Parts: sequence; structure tokens; C-alpha cells
Amino acid sequence: MSLQLNCPTCGRRPVEEFIYGEIPVVPDVIVDADARDVDRAFMHSNPEGPLTERWFHVYGCRRWITVRRDTRTDQLLGGA
Amino acid sequence: MNEFVERQISLAWNDPKPAYDVVIVGGGGHGLATAYYLAARHGITNVAVLERKYIGSGNSGRNTTIIRSNYGIPEAVRFYQRSLELYSTLEAETGRWVMHKQKGLLWMAHTEAGVRAERSRATVNTLFGAKTEYVTPQQVKEICPQVDITGSGVWPVMGASYHAEGATARHDRVVWAYAEGAMQRGVHIHQNTAVTGLQMNAGKVTGVQTNNGPIAAKIVVSAVGGHVTTLAAMAGVRLPIRTHPLQAYVTNHYAQSFDAIVASMNLLFYVSQTARGEMLIGAEIDRQPSYSYGAGHHFLQSCSHRAITVLPFLRNLRIVRQWTGVCDMSADYSPVMGVTGVDGFYVTTGWGTWGFKAIPAGGEQMAELVATGVTPELIAPFALDRFARDRTMADRGSAGTH
Repeated sequence: MSLQLNCPTCGRRPVEEFIYGEIPVVPDVIVDADARDVDRAFMHSNPEGPLTERWFHVYGCRRWITVRRDTRTDQLLGGA
Repeated sequence: MNEFVERQISLAWNDPKPAYDVVIVGGGGHGLATAYYLAARHGITNVAVLERKYIGSGNSGRNTTIIRSNYGIPEAVRFYQRSLELYSTLEAETGRWVMHKQKGLLWMAHTEAGVRAERSRATVNTLFGAKTEYVTPQQVKEICPQVDITGSGVWPVMGASYHAEGATARHDRVVWAYAEGAMQRGVHIHQNTAVTGLQMNAGKVTGVQTNNGPIAAKIVVSAVGGHVTTLAAMAGVRLPIRTHPLQAYVTNHYAQSFDAIVASMNLLFYVSQTARGEMLIGAEIDRQPSYSYGAGHHFLQSCSHRAITVLPFLRNLRIVRQWTGVCDMSADYSPVMGVTGVDGFYVTTGWGTWGFKAIPAGGEQMAELVATGVTPELIAPFALDRFARDRTMADRGSAGTH
């Protein structure tokens, strides 16, 4: 079974109904304003483990939801 | 140690030394090719390749083995054409049979926009040295009789680009060819050796920490697949990479020969026949960033549905095997190769869904960079700092299925 997400409006739905929205996290060690812009535009933290992310339910209720997921296993985590 | 792999390479495996001139992290095609060309072309043999499982167990063993150079931008066409040429002479160079076979690649369009894209691909390719021509639906039928050019009445084939030099090779044989060639010249390959940290001294990378102890190195090259951002973060390097799973599958044996590689611009799939006669089918990446090797039914269903639209004979076959790789997708669908801004640390990454075909040229060029310290002209456009310089290499021809 492919990944399913819990939509508060529509219930458990396949990930193919959603569009991904990353929450960019620019590290504090980058201080230069231009460098921070480049990092926010192009770079990814891409963590192996828990990740907080946004999903847009485009083929459903058309609302943004926040999901916490372990990227190593695709298991959904609480506390989003 | 994987017994099967050991049997394929009849060479002595060495114990790790405390220090090497060059340590390459990642024993896949790119890492081993870099080691091979360092030894074969530049005489640098005090080199170790570290692999956390067994060689070729990552994306080198999970791809769809297609070799082509029909990309959409000049820099990429030149680079992949170099790779295609190196592949065609790889058997002569290494003395090992890698089952390289030229098949020709059809890239079909089913919309006006798709036709424009394929015409532009053919033009750019011809101008920069790749053999690609625009063909009509009737010519598609002549090249590959199995194609239903009416697209089951839903997605008629309106035209295609035909890349005559498109080829395939056996993925693990390519890995073994490079591994054996490198080891014969004195390179050490250490399997089951996971890099857990980087040794840094005054902002310079001076070695790696592994589960088998520290190894010092003058230069560390990351040839890591999907997990590259984790390694780069140890050196404080940020990468424009997000890791997405990519699935593929094979059917049971198809009794007729299916010579060409067939892909569709609009329906997002590609099909080829393996040497065993199985039909090998792949499509686009999964949408969630993930390191999971999990495989899903939705992919099989949607991909088969699209492929059957143009290749109706597939509906009589059965799916026998499915697998997943985790791809390092770059922000502009082009690779990221070269210096990182940290002394002693080079990367070759961003190989996304197009890494297999780039193994020879990627290895050759990275070896030249390591040996000379100067970024070769062929890969200069793919430097990491292109994002800060506003020189991204957006290439819609790169993955083809995006």
C-alpha cells in the first residue's frame, strides 16, 4: 500500500491526492542575507528521520494540512 | 560481505589502511568509476572506496539501465554524449562483458506541446553531437511494431524523437567491471564500511569516521546516492538535494523481441526489454521525500494503465518483481559535481533518476578533478555554486518523466 495521509476533513487518503509543501529551514549559521535567500530558494535539509511538512489536499478538501512523518519508514508521527 | 559479489570479482579484498590519498564514499557506479579512472588514467592508486553494504547495492542496483544522451540543454548533451561514448568502449577498455547493447530510443509525444518538446530535443541534440531525429507516427510503427499509434484511441502518437544511440547495459556488470579494474590497479574497496562522520581540521576535511574506525584522507569524494545530504551536512555543506523514492518493475517473459526503448513524454513511462526477455517498466518519482524502500500498489496500477495505452500487448503479461531506489533529486534536475567550498571535500550527486547513464563520464571527470585540482570544462556548468550565481541548469529533458 502506498503512503496515506490523515486529512482532518476527508480522513485517511492516498498521498497521490496531495501536493507536497516543504517548510524551508535555513540554518542559523548562515548569516549573510543573500546566502540565506539562496539557501531558502534551493537548499534542502532532507532529514533522515522525523520531518514536519505541509501537504495541500488538491483532489479533496483543498486545504493545507501539517504532517509529521519519519522519512526512513514513511510512518506518520503524532504531534504535528 | 556478499558471497555472490565476491564470486564475481576474483581478487583479494584488502584490510583498511589508516590513511589514503583519496577516500571515495559510496561503492556504486559513480564511486567505483571515479576510483577506476583515478588509477587507470592518472596513476593515483592509494585510493579507498567505502561502501556501507555491498558494491552496487544502492541505486546502481535499482535503476532501469538506460544509456542515452538526448538531453534538452547543450551542456547536458555534451556531457551525456561523452558518457555514451565511454559506455560503448567500456568492454574493450576493461575486458569485461557488461552486456552493452545499442537499441535506439523512441520518445513519443501525444500533444502539440509534446511534439514541440521532441522537435526541440532533436534540434538541440543534433547541434551538440547526439544522434536524434524527429520521426512521424508511421516511422514509430516501423521502428517498434508493438506501439499502438492510435494510443488506444485516447492518446494518439503525434510524433516522436528517435535517439539511435540509445542503449542498455547490465547494471551490476558495469559496477563489477569498474571495481575489478580499480582493484587490479591497487585501489582498495571496503564493503560493510559505513561512514559515520567526517574528520575536520581548520575547516578542511581530513578523513572519515567509519564503523571500522577512522581513516585519514587528503581528499574525500562523496559518491553517495540518496543519503548524500546527511554526509554533506557533516562537512557543513548544504545541498540542493531532496531524496525521493523511484519505483520500477518487470513483467514475466515476453516471447517476442522488443528492440527499442520506448518512452512517452506525456504519459510518463518508459519500457524496455531485458536480456532475459522481461519487460522493464519505470515511471516518475514518488511525490513524498523519503528514504523508504517501500513499494506501493498505486504505482503499479497507474503506470501499467498508462503503458498499456500505447503498448497494448503488456496487458497479457504479469508483474513478477517490483523495487524501489532512493534518488538524490536536485533542484534543477541536473547533477551537482565538483568542489563544495570546503577544502578536501568533493561531491558528485544530484543523479536523481539519470545516474546510471552518467557513470563513465561522471567517474572520468571527477577523477580528473581529484587528480588535477582543476574542474574540467565538461562539468564546470554543473558546479554547486551555480545556484548562488543564478546559473541553474533546468533541463526538462533530463528525467523525461517529470
